[in-house]
Amino acid sequence: MIFSIVVTGAPYSSQASASALQFSRSVLKLGHTIHRVFFYADGVHSGSALAAPPQDEANIPSEWTALACEHDLDLVVCIAAAVRRGVLDENEARRYEKSGHNLSPDFTLSGLGQLVEAGILSDRVVTFGA
Amino acid sequence: MTLHLINKTPSESSALRDSLSAVSNGDALLLIENGVYAAMPAYAELFTRLPGSVQCYLLEDDAIARGLKDLNQDFRAIGYDGFVELSCRYGKVVSWF
Amino acid sequence: MSDTKKSFLIINRKAPYGSSAARDALDVALTISVFEQPLSLLFMDDAVLQLLPAHNAAAIGQKNLSANLSMLEMYDIDQLYVCQRALEQRGIRPDDIELNIILLDQSGIAALIKKQDQVLSF
Repeated sequence: MIFSIVVTGAPYSSQASASALQFSRSVLKLGHTIHRVFFYADGVHSGSALAAPPQDEANIPSEWTALACEHDLDLVVCIAAAVRRGVLDENEARRYEKSGHNLSPDFTLSGLGQLVEAGILSDRVVTFGA
Repeated sequence: MTLHLINKTPSESSALRDSLSAVSNGDALLLIENGVYAAMPAYAELFTRLPGSVQCYLLEDDAIARGLKDLNQDFRAIGYDGFVELSCRYGKVVSWF
Repeated sequence: MSDTKKSFLIINRKAPYGSSAARDALDVALTISVFEQPLSLLFMDDAVLQLLPAHNAAAIGQKNLSANLSMLEMYDIDQLYVCQRALEQRGIRPDDIELNIILLDQSGIAALIKKQDQVLSF
């Protein structure tokens, strides 16, 4: 079965991203497919490469990165939600003349069309909200 | 048929109340995150009007994390694999938060 | 763009302005309509407060949501469903709302959810 996952809560502020991560691991372990994970609203902070939690806590953004590398996941961060909240890739940093960028290279900035397309092409969409 | 996913305590938001008012015969409820507190016996009254055809589940890890024991017997504890299986068995998943 | 059609329902449950939920939902609604997918919007609980008239969000440095809500009709999103009890609890009369809405009771809401392919919540 084809799943897409939507995350709208920020890691550390809510449990949403951590729950979505656990759910995604089980989806893949059981032999299903994840078409896309879409990060929206405060969920965009999961894409930050600069998150530096204490060493005895889970690093949720890097756990997403590790899962994406292992399973070739499409991790998409809503561009409008991200740019507002200061989550930028190199292109957007240049466009807005910012001194740095923080989107992890395993995530992609894209529009809401990617959420709607995921809804059209997936058998199930599961939202983890805050 | 729908799997209703609830992640808030009964007083944290209207999530549980709204989901209970939107269930159809044959749907299922799954409590996750703070939602698992709703399975404490004191809240049992909230679920008494549910049709008998509605199955109730809770995510075991979230209950263990919160030190919850002796929960409402109408809720079956499941793991993330069970969560995925329920998502497949029911036609869609609706999140209430 | 895919030829496949899926019916989408967006469930709104939050008041406007105090959080981004109402705007986030509206942006998704407009995008779904660009993809020409069947779309319904359901307003439950505090989301019925989004439907009150005469917003002036400039007063708090935000954009008006009600202008965008009326734009929905231009985008052919005319299935606006509203929880009748949520209106009653807040003392709002259907006549107070300047949009074309369809009032639903509890069983109407359950039936609406039942017939969708995908449901997105805000």
